[in-house]
Amino acid sequence: MAELKINALRKSYGDIEILKGIDLHIRDHEFVVFVGPSGCGKSTLLRSIAGLEEVTSGQIVLGGRDITGLKPAERDLAMVFQSYALYPHMNVRKNMSFALELAGVDKATIEAKVKDAARILELTHLLDRKPKDLSGGQRQRVAIGRAIVRHPQVFLFDEPLSNLDAALRVQMRLELARLHHELNATMIYVTHDQVEAMTLADRVVVMNQGRIEQVGTPLELYHHPVNQFVAGFIGTPKMAFIPARVIGGQGHELTIQLPSGEHLTLPRSPDSIHVGAEVTLGIRPEHMRIVSPENANLTGQLDVTEHLGSDTYCHVNIDGGHTLTVRQGGDYEGRFGEIVGVDFDLSRAHLFDSEGNALDSVTRQAA
Amino acid sequence: MIALSQKQRRVFSQIALTAAAWSVAFIIFFPILWMVLTSFKTELEAFATPPSLFFSPTLENYQEVFGRSDYMHYAWNSVVISMGATLLGMLLAVPAAYAMAFYETKRTQSTLLWMLSTKMLPPVGVLVPIYLLFKESGLLDTRTGLILIYTLINLPIMVWMIYTYFKEIPKDILEACRMDGATLGQEISRVLLPMCKGGLASTVLLSLILCWNEAFWSLNLTAANAAPLTALIASYSSPEGLFWAKLSAVSTLACAPILIFGWISQKQLVRGLSFGAVK
Amino acid sequence: MTIQSCDLNASVVPMPVSNENSAASAHSKAQRVARWLVSPSVLVLLLWMIVPLSMTIYFSVLQYSLLYPGEHPFVGLENYEFFLTDEGFSAGMSNTLILVGAVLAITVVLGVAISVLINTPFPGRGIVRVMLISPFFIMPTVSALVWKNLLMHPVSGVFAWLAQVMGMEPVDWFAQYPLSAIILIVAWQWLPFAILLLMTAMQSLDKEQVEAAKLDGAGGWAIFRHITLPHLARPIAVVVMIETIFLLSVFAEIFTTTGGGPGYETTNLAYLIYSQALLQFDVGMASAGGLIAVVLANIVAFFLVRLIGKSLTEKH
Repeated sequence: MAELKINALRKSYGDIEILKGIDLHIRDHEFVVFVGPSGCGKSTLLRSIAGLEEVTSGQIVLGGRDITGLKPAERDLAMVFQSYALYPHMNVRKNMSFALELAGVDKATIEAKVKDAARILELTHLLDRKPKDLSGGQRQRVAIGRAIVRHPQVFLFDEPLSNLDAALRVQMRLELARLHHELNATMIYVTHDQVEAMTLADRVVVMNQGRIEQVGTPLELYHHPVNQFVAGFIGTPKMAFIPARVIGGQGHELTIQLPSGEHLTLPRSPDSIHVGAEVTLGIRPEHMRIVSPENANLTGQLDVTEHLGSDTYCHVNIDGGHTLTVRQGGDYEGRFGEIVGVDFDLSRAHLFDSEGNALDSVTRQAA
Repeated sequence: MIALSQKQRRVFSQIALTAAAWSVAFIIFFPILWMVLTSFKTELEAFATPPSLFFSPTLENYQEVFGRSDYMHYAWNSVVISMGATLLGMLLAVPAAYAMAFYETKRTQSTLLWMLSTKMLPPVGVLVPIYLLFKESGLLDTRTGLILIYTLINLPIMVWMIYTYFKEIPKDILEACRMDGATLGQEISRVLLPMCKGGLASTVLLSLILCWNEAFWSLNLTAANAAPLTALIASYSSPEGLFWAKLSAVSTLACAPILIFGWISQKQLVRGLSFGAVK
Repeated sequence: MTIQSCDLNASVVPMPVSNENSAASAHSKAQRVARWLVSPSVLVLLLWMIVPLSMTIYFSVLQYSLLYPGEHPFVGLENYEFFLTDEGFSAGMSNTLILVGAVLAITVVLGVAISVLINTPFPGRGIVRVMLISPFFIMPTVSALVWKNLLMHPVSGVFAWLAQVMGMEPVDWFAQYPLSAIILIVAWQWLPFAILLLMTAMQSLDKEQVEAAKLDGAGGWAIFRHITLPHLARPIAVVVMIETIFLLSVFAEIFTTTGGGPGYETTNLAYLIYSQALLQFDVGMASAGGLIAVVLANIVAFFLVRLIGKSLTEKH
C-alpha cells in the first residue's frame, strides 16, 4: 500500500518558514501534481518527502510507516530530477543499475530489471551510451528508467519536463501519463506549469507561499476554485478579475455594479452578502463573447487579437483600466481600435469576497 | 599605390599575425631551446664564441651525468619529496574540499580565504624558527622534513582547486546518489571522484610541479642527504664550475618531466594558479 | 596572519539564506562529519601559521646569535632598530620594490599584448602557446643559471654575440646591471603566468560584444581600449596580486646568480633576512626582518583576499 500521509509538516530556514503546516493525503496509485508559482514551497515539500530536506516538525507516513526521520534510500521512493542528474561517467545501463547494485541485488535480477525498464522506455538500443551522447528526451527517459528499476512505492518528479523544448515536452507528458497507467504506481509530480498539472494529474495540489490553497481534481479546480489565487492560477488565458460592489439582491438574484457603472445581475442567492460589499467578479475567457456594443454587458475598445487558428484571443480594454481577454472562435476577425461589446455567461461567473475567498459559486448551486 | 582588395588585406594581416606570434614565441622559448641544444654539445663547443649553431650532437654529457651516481640520488629525492607531499596534500585537501563544497556553512568562505591568506606568509618570515625546529627535531636535511613543508605550502592551493572542481558538480547528482542508497564513502568513491578525475589529476600535476621546482626551502633546509634537483643545479653556480654543457644536460633532465606535465595540464592549471579567480 | 583572518570574518559578506537552501546543508549529522573532514587541513595550517610565527615574534625581541651560545637576553625592539637602520635594509627594501614593480610592469604589459596577439587563430597556435608558457615550468635555479651563463655571459653568452654582430659593445650584465639582469630573469619566468591567465580570460570575452562594437564602427584600437581591456581588468588585478606575493619572496634566482651582490645591489628583503639568519647566524635580527616582511606581505595580501573574496561571493 503506497498511501502517503503528511501531517502538519513545517520547514523553516532560520526565521523564514518555507512550509507552513502541510496536511495532505495521497492515495495509492494516485498521480498527484504539486503546482504553484516559484518559491511557493512545492519543491521543498517534494524534497521533504524524498528525505533530501530535513523537516522542522510534522510527520510523513508512507504505507503506515513513519518515514519522517529516515534516510532517502530507506524510504522506498525514487526521484526524477529536473536536471535528470544522470551520472556522467556511467553508461545508461550503469546509471539504471547503480541503485540496485548498491542495494546488493544479484546480477541476474539487475540485468532483468534493467532490460525490462529499457524495454518500457524504448532505451534498449542506448544501453551502452554515456549520458552526453543522448538527446534531452533520451536523458529524461534514462532518469525515469533509473527510478523504474527500483520498483519504488512512490515516484517523485521534480519539474522533469522543464528542460525540454515545447514539442518534446508535450510528447513526454503523454509518455508519463501512459507510464502511470502501465506501472499503476503512486506518483507525485512538481511543476510550475498548470497545463502539465491539469493534463497529468488525478488530483492537483495548488500551493502558494508555503501553504496548500486547494486540493482537487483538475476539473474541480477549474470549475470551483476556492479562492482568487487558484482561480487565477488555473486556466489559460487567465480568468479576468473585475472589482465590483454589491448593490442589491433578491430571491436567487444578486446585482453588482462594475467600476464603469454597468449593473450585472448574477443568478445566485444573495444570502451571505450584504449590500455595499466590495467583491471581485471573476470570469474566464471562454465564458465571454464579443457582441455588438448595443446590448452588451460591457463595452470596450478592441486591442490586439491573437489568432491561434482554433481560437482567437481578443484583448478588450474596458473602463477602469482593465483588460479582458475573450476567447472567440477561430474565424473571428476584429479591427484594432474597434468599439465592441462583451457579453458574460453570468451563470459561469465567480465571485470573491474582499479577502479573495470564493463566495459560494453559482454553478455549484445550480449543480 | 596599389589598392588591396579586402581579401588580400586579410591574407596579409593573417601572415603578419602568424609571423609576429611565432617570433614572440621563439624569443620567449629560446633560452630553453638553447639549453637543450647546449646539452648536446661538447664543453668546448658550449663555450665557443661565436656560439656554434652547427655541431655534431653528442650524448657524452648525459652519459657523464648518469654515470655520476649523485644525479640519481638528487633526482630520486625530487621524486620522493614531490610525490610524498602531493599524496599527503591530496589526503588532506580532498576531504576538506568535499566538506566545504557540499556542506557549506556560514564559516566556509572565511575558512577558504583564511587558508589562502596562509599562502601569503613570506617564507623568510618563518625561516628562522623552521630552521631551528628542524635542527632540534632532526628533520634538517631529511626528505620527510621537506615533504611536510611542501604539503603545508601547497595545501591551500590544492584545497582551493579541488573546491572549485567540486563546486561545479550539480548537487542533484549527489542527491540522486543518496536516493539510490549510496553511503558517504560510496558517494565519494563511485560518483564524486570519477566525475572529477580530470580536475583531481590536474591538481596532482600542479602540486608535483610546484614541489619539483620549489627552491627556497630546498636550498635552506637540505644538504647532501635530502637535497633535490633544485639544490643540485644551484651547486653549479660556483664560478669554478664552468661546465655549461653538463649544466645544460642536468637542467634539461630536471626540467623535462615538469615541462611535459605543465603542457598537459596548462588549461586546468589556470584555475589553481589563480585560486579559482580565473577559469 | 592571524590579524588578517579576524578581519576576514568581519569583511566577508554573510551568506544569504537561500544559499543554505540546499539539501546538503540540512543534515546536521552530515554537518558534523563535514567538520571532521575540514579540521585536519585547518589544524595543520593553523599550526603552520601560529607556531613558527610566534617563535619569530619571540626571537625578534631577543639577542640571539647562533655563534654565541648561552643566554638570550631580552632586548626589546633593538633588533628592529638595528634591522631598519642597517644599510642593507634600505637597499633591500628599494631593491624589493624595484624588482616587484619592474617585473609586474613587464609581465602585465607583455602579457596583455601577447594574449591579445594569439587570441585569433593562426597556424600553429597550439605550439606557440606551449612555447609561451614553458618558462613557467622551468625551476628557478635552472633559469637563473641558464640565463647567467648561456645567455648573459659577457664573453661566451648569446647576448654578447648578438651585440657583437650588431656592432655593439657586449654588456657584462651581472657586473654592470646586476639588478636589471635579475629582473629580466624573473620577468621571463613570470611572463608565462600572466599569459596563461590572460589568455584564458580572453576566451571568455563575449564575441557578440566585439561584433556589436564592429557594427558600431569601432576599429581595432577602440575595441581593445573599450572592450578587451575592461574585460581583462579583473584577471590583470589577479595577476598583479598573485605575482606580487611571489615576487616579494624572490630568492633562488639571487642565491644562484649574484648572492646579493655586488655589495647590496641585488639584495632584496628575502635574501637579506636569509643572510642574517643562515650566513651571519643572527637569529634575533633575522626574526625582526622576517616580521617586517610578513607585515609587508600582509598589506598586499589584504587587497588580494579582498579581490578574490569578492569573486567568490559573486559566484553565488
